[in-house]
Amino acid sequence: MTTLRASRAADRGIASVSTDAGDVVIRTTGLTRVYATGRTEVRALDGVDVSVREGEFVAVMGASGSGKSTLMNILGCLDKPTAGSYELDGIRVEELDKNALAEIRNQRIGFVFQSFNLLARTAAIDNVELPLLYDRSGRKIDSRKAAAEALERVGLADRMDHEPSEMSGGEQQRVAIARALVGQPSLILADEPTGNLDSRTSVDVMTLFQDLNDQGITVIIVTHEPEIARYCKRIIRMRDGRVIVDEPVRDRRCARDDLERLAYLDEQNVAEVAV
Amino acid sequence: MKASVLTKVATQSILKNKMRTLLTMLGIIIGVGAVILMVAIGQGAQGQIQRQIEGLGTNLIVIAPGTSNTGGVSGGAGSFNRLTVDDVEKLERETVLLAGVSPVIATGSQVIGGQGNWRTRINGVSVDYATIRDWGTTSGSFFDDADQRSMARVAVIGQTVKEALFPDSDPVGEQIQLRNVPFRVIGVLEPKGQSAEGTDQDDVILAPYTTVRTRLSGRSFVPQILASTFSPEEIPSAQEEIALIMREAHDLAEWEADDFTVRNQADLTDAAQGTTEVMTVLLSAVAGISLLVGGIGIMNIMLVSVTERTREIGVRLSIGARGSDVLTQFLVEAIVMSAIGGALGVGLGFASAQVLANATGWSTAISPTTVGVALAFSAAIGIFFGFYPARQASSLDPIEALRYE
Ligand SMILES: Nc1ncnc2c1ncn2[C@@H]1O[C@H](COP(=O)(O)OP(=O)(O)O)[C@@H](O)[C@H]1O
Ligand SMILES: [Mg+2]
Repeated sequence: MTTLRASRAADRGIASVSTDAGDVVIRTTGLTRVYATGRTEVRALDGVDVSVREGEFVAVMGASGSGKSTLMNILGCLDKPTAGSYELDGIRVEELDKNALAEIRNQRIGFVFQSFNLLARTAAIDNVELPLLYDRSGRKIDSRKAAAEALERVGLADRMDHEPSEMSGGEQQRVAIARALVGQPSLILADEPTGNLDSRTSVDVMTLFQDLNDQGITVIIVTHEPEIARYCKRIIRMRDGRVIVDEPVRDRRCARDDLERLAYLDEQNVAEVAV
Repeated sequence: MKASVLTKVATQSILKNKMRTLLTMLGIIIGVGAVILMVAIGQGAQGQIQRQIEGLGTNLIVIAPGTSNTGGVSGGAGSFNRLTVDDVEKLERETVLLAGVSPVIATGSQVIGGQGNWRTRINGVSVDYATIRDWGTTSGSFFDDADQRSMARVAVIGQTVKEALFPDSDPVGEQIQLRNVPFRVIGVLEPKGQSAEGTDQDDVILAPYTTVRTRLSGRSFVPQILASTFSPEEIPSAQEEIALIMREAHDLAEWEADDFTVRNQADLTDAAQGTTEVMTVLLSAVAGISLLVGGIGIMNIMLVSVTERTREIGVRLSIGARGSDVLTQFLVEAIVMSAIGGALGVGLGFASAQVLANATGWSTAISPTTVGVALAFSAAIGIFFGFYPARQASSLDPIEALRYE
């Protein structure tokens, strides 16, 4: 199934825009989230209607406090809406209990946080293996091997036994991405995955997301950097808890090409300095 | 989660935070160790006193002169107020319930014989004394009725006397001199060790009271009469019987109070137990406090790490762990830590009790109950302080847990 999807996506090529005719994975209607803090109420989400199809690559943008994280948390089944409905693969999420939500987080979604959220003093491979330890689906997996493969996919084959404190931010985020994809989810959500990274490392991490998307995985990331959003296929802009713009990315870029260009420029610089 | 995975996750977590684990366990180790040591001292003392009193002999009854209540009868220091050999003989003749009766006529003397001389106690007793005090011989034998009747100059010597005078040979058959009166040693008593008051019970020579009275002491009154019954159940009625016979022997009118006291072993034990019980309670209180302090230490460490742990819980929940998975993990962690800590604490308690016993010569006793209670308590503390914060955290939504400060 995954390989089939992957080859289809590869046929379409990286240039294809959000005209995908995949099934609807996410559909929210009138999604509302109100935080009650003391006397005041904050409407972090105020009636959000979004649909995302399989294979899409969405950037959620907007000013700080516009409700991006709140939306992602609800999409990731980490939080529940106050009102409105959220359908994931046809399932009404707001009707599920805590354990069913845990099941969905474990089986269908990979979540990547801005602050990595790795377990401290725990080797990369143990961090990546973690979701598989809570797998109740009964599928037969060698969790150790799967974790090692996931780390290889993010280019950290030689860092398996390193603890978070021994790794750079970019490496830690790769570990977090490996953890998100180890359970073979169909949806990856990332809340400002490059927010704590320098621009070079950001591009590096974006190559990973583009690769995953090319393999057929639906990816939604939050970012407030326009350069990062240009690696995606569709941009959703938010303001005050509402979607104000929803448009395809016109001049989409390939992160791998940019990375090569950067490397080339570096070489030039080194050469210039040498001359 | 499977049990194997659960154990793996819990062990990883315990090993990953060696310092936290160690500090957590330290509270339990010291607490449990202290409880066991303290109670071991208290119970050891109790047991020692118990054994010493039992060492006096089984089913023992002690008859002493004088009233038990001080504001007693006018009689004063008259000869009536004393116990005499006649009393002993009358008790022997008329009793139905007593297994044996013996006076104890004590006098001190220099003993000469064997390797040199030695100062010791000489007790004039009857044939029954060996039964009453449940005291056998390691060599030779006790004197018999014939010796007693004929006022034979025979002596049974205690271990300490034997060591002093005849360290390398068997003294049975040898001559010794007590106040220039020659006696023949006919037996050596089994060692009995220290008495409850701390005197060496083996530093003694026993001889027939008839002989001691005529040859050594010359006085007719008896400071103390010992008696024993066949079984503990008979002690109360035997005491009544003794009182009746003694009142008759002393010719007491109905309105006169007893001019003697009859006490049994339980009375003696009670008095001694009373003091050691107070001691045990005090020691246990000290130990309990140290366990509590250990518990507070654990709580402190758990509270310090609660932020980190809450985030960990958030991470686990966010990748699909159920609240119950996380709770079980924390419960297993708490149990493993308090079990290991408890076991080490028991070891520490045992070891320090042993060291103390060796260093001071005190006897210590560790009962399974003590170990059980100490372990149960440490488990309760470990589980409460380890599990309770986790319970709070796992009921949070993943996002709240991740954001916890
Ligand atoms: N846990 C919370 N309690 C109260 N208010 C919150 C909470 N989380 C977010 N908010 C508020 O909701 C609004 C949207 O926040 P958020 O979704 O984090 O925005 P963004 O990720 O776009 O910066 C903000 O005004 C924020 O202050
Ligand atoms: Mg945010």
